[in-house]
Amino acid sequence: MTPSQETVLLQGHIIDSLILAKVLDTIVMMGGTFDLQDVKIGATREAPSQARIVIRAPSSRALADILRAIQPHGAALEREADCRFESAPAAGILPEEFYATTHLPTQIRLDGEWVDVEGIEMDLAICVDPAKAQARTIPMGAVKAGDLIVTGREGIRVTPLARPAERDVFGFMESIVSSERPHQPVIADIAQRMQTLRERYRQGHPAAKVLCAGGPAIVHAGGRDVLTWLIEAGYIHVLFCGNALAAHDMEAALYGTSLGYGLTAGRSVPHGHEHHLRTINRIRAIGSIEQAVQSGLVTEGIMAACVRRNVKMVLAGTIRDDGPLPGVVTDSMQAQQAMREEVQGVGLALLVASTLHAIATGNLLPATVPTVCVDVNPSVPTKLADRGSFQAVGLVMDAASFLKELARTLGWRP
Amino acid sequence: MSRLLVCPPEFFQIDYEINPWMRRTNAVVPSRAVSQWQTLMTVLERDVGAGIERMPPVEGLPDLVFTANAGVVVGRRALVSRFRYPERQREEVYFERWFRGQGYEVLTLEKTHYFEGAGDLLGFPDTWFGGYRQRTDIRSFPTLSELFQREIIPLELIDGRFYHLDTCFCPLSGGELLYFPAAFDSYGLAAISERIPAERRIAVPEGEAIRFACNAVCVGKQVVIPAGCPHTMQSLHDRGYRTHAVELDEFMKSGGAAKCLTLALD
Repeated sequence: MTPSQETVLLQGHIIDSLILAKVLDTIVMMGGTFDLQDVKIGATREAPSQARIVIRAPSSRALADILRAIQPHGAALEREADCRFESAPAAGILPEEFYATTHLPTQIRLDGEWVDVEGIEMDLAICVDPAKAQARTIPMGAVKAGDLIVTGREGIRVTPLARPAERDVFGFMESIVSSERPHQPVIADIAQRMQTLRERYRQGHPAAKVLCAGGPAIVHAGGRDVLTWLIEAGYIHVLFCGNALAAHDMEAALYGTSLGYGLTAGRSVPHGHEHHLRTINRIRAIGSIEQAVQSGLVTEGIMAACVRRNVKMVLAGTIRDDGPLPGVVTDSMQAQQAMREEVQGVGLALLVASTLHAIATGNLLPATVPTVCVDVNPSVPTKLADRGSFQAVGLVMDAASFLKELARTLGWRP
Repeated sequence: MSRLLVCPPEFFQIDYEINPWMRRTNAVVPSRAVSQWQTLMTVLERDVGAGIERMPPVEGLPDLVFTANAGVVVGRRALVSRFRYPERQREEVYFERWFRGQGYEVLTLEKTHYFEGAGDLLGFPDTWFGGYRQRTDIRSFPTLSELFQREIIPLELIDGRFYHLDTCFCPLSGGELLYFPAAFDSYGLAAISERIPAERRIAVPEGEAIRFACNAVCVGKQVVIPAGCPHTMQSLHDRGYRTHAVELDEFMKSGGAAKCLTLALD
């Protein structure tokens, strides 16, 4: 059951009479929780006080019971207004007073009813269809003239995350980033989640996909084999990366080097710096990564595993890319949209060794999706953690060590 | 001189049941009711020295005798009650008419907030207490507080037999409180203790609480109390009050006694 919440106002001489205490005790005794949002104490003894109480309960039924119990003590439902909306004045332009979303579950009030906003993501607008009583987030650039966009702050409510039932590292609801923190127990919890999600994914449950957003350091640092194994074993269902990860992965397949360094010898190979360019050129010649795998040109590695396991890939280009490889989306807004579509149904996100893709993916994810950010540079997980109290775990460690430890826990043997 | 509003019991009877005391089968004996009421008036006027204002009774409104529920009067302002039960809502217009006829500035509450007058609002000079849940809606108190510039401490009434605050709570002129603790919950008792120190609280035993010991009228050092409450009377004597016991069992059939039959006007 989804948690429910309602805001009530209590006024009068509620402090000395212990009416406020009685109401709060009643809420807790009936299994609810509360936030005292603002308590105004009367300036004189005669002046009444006022308290605004946000009540949360595990179900709408429990909430109704609580409201019924506290109503005789004067707790009155705050008069809620419907949300306001205005037509977008032109394509790509939001109304001046548009509401900007957070990454938390959000509802808007339409015709007296609370409606869930679909596609929760931060920094977007909300587009409503009053006739169908539907609402979904919309990026600024996707707005069409005349779209009805929610404005102001009335009739909008954002639900803070409830503590998840699982008692693992994500259950603490805090975004700790620490290089001193022991990694092993954290990785064990992540592995446990991945085991569960793989099973749920096979059974066709929603929100069971595992997303990996990664940078080329995975290949350079020696994490290529384990990531390939994780994909082959069915633990990863979506891959976000750039031109580089794909290019160096296939360079390794074709030349045994990564950016010109022999992966086994660890030494630069003569003319090795050309290998990735030659790789890109060969894939371009063959037409696509899929064809390169299917034709037998690329026989192993991350790309080959993705193609064989039918893992959804979004390759987002950047300004410094060589080539790029066929399939790399070079229009950033198109890449963002493609990623937005693929984060639907994700139940766990691993953001590994890529500032660019980690932050971009983090911004697209609702706060409800458990997220792991792994980077040798603490600033990347810190940046993600700073976005608010969502289920994020930051690990300051090398990508290959992380992936190896994770794969080992899941049964990989070198 | 204290002035009290009363209404003769000419049409007093039990026509309906809106509290646990009322039984239509337990008929009022009209002659006894009239004589008990007359005795009460004599005691109030002659022994206590109160001024009595009589409003005319109305046929078909048996509970109009319980003028404590007319409203609340402060100075020349009268706030008229909004009764919870339709049976008594018909009294509102007569009480209002009487207040207007006497030149009071008449105030009213929102229709949605029930408030049953001095039956549920009693107090000391600086703090008032408001009974709620059985009849009066707690949400009426902030408005009353604002109108009269008084602190009102709401007290939940948890026992249906004590359905108005004046059936279990009686402030005395010397600052003492006569009350029946079991009619309140722990929050209410804590709020009472906070304002009235233990040495000023007089707890009435249950046997006398159900004889309406708390439904007493206190004027100066005189207390008019229903008959059959010796323990309470002794406690009052110990604190220097003179007591006047009046037999009011005909009115108890309807759930009221001395206090319910009067409304303090000053």
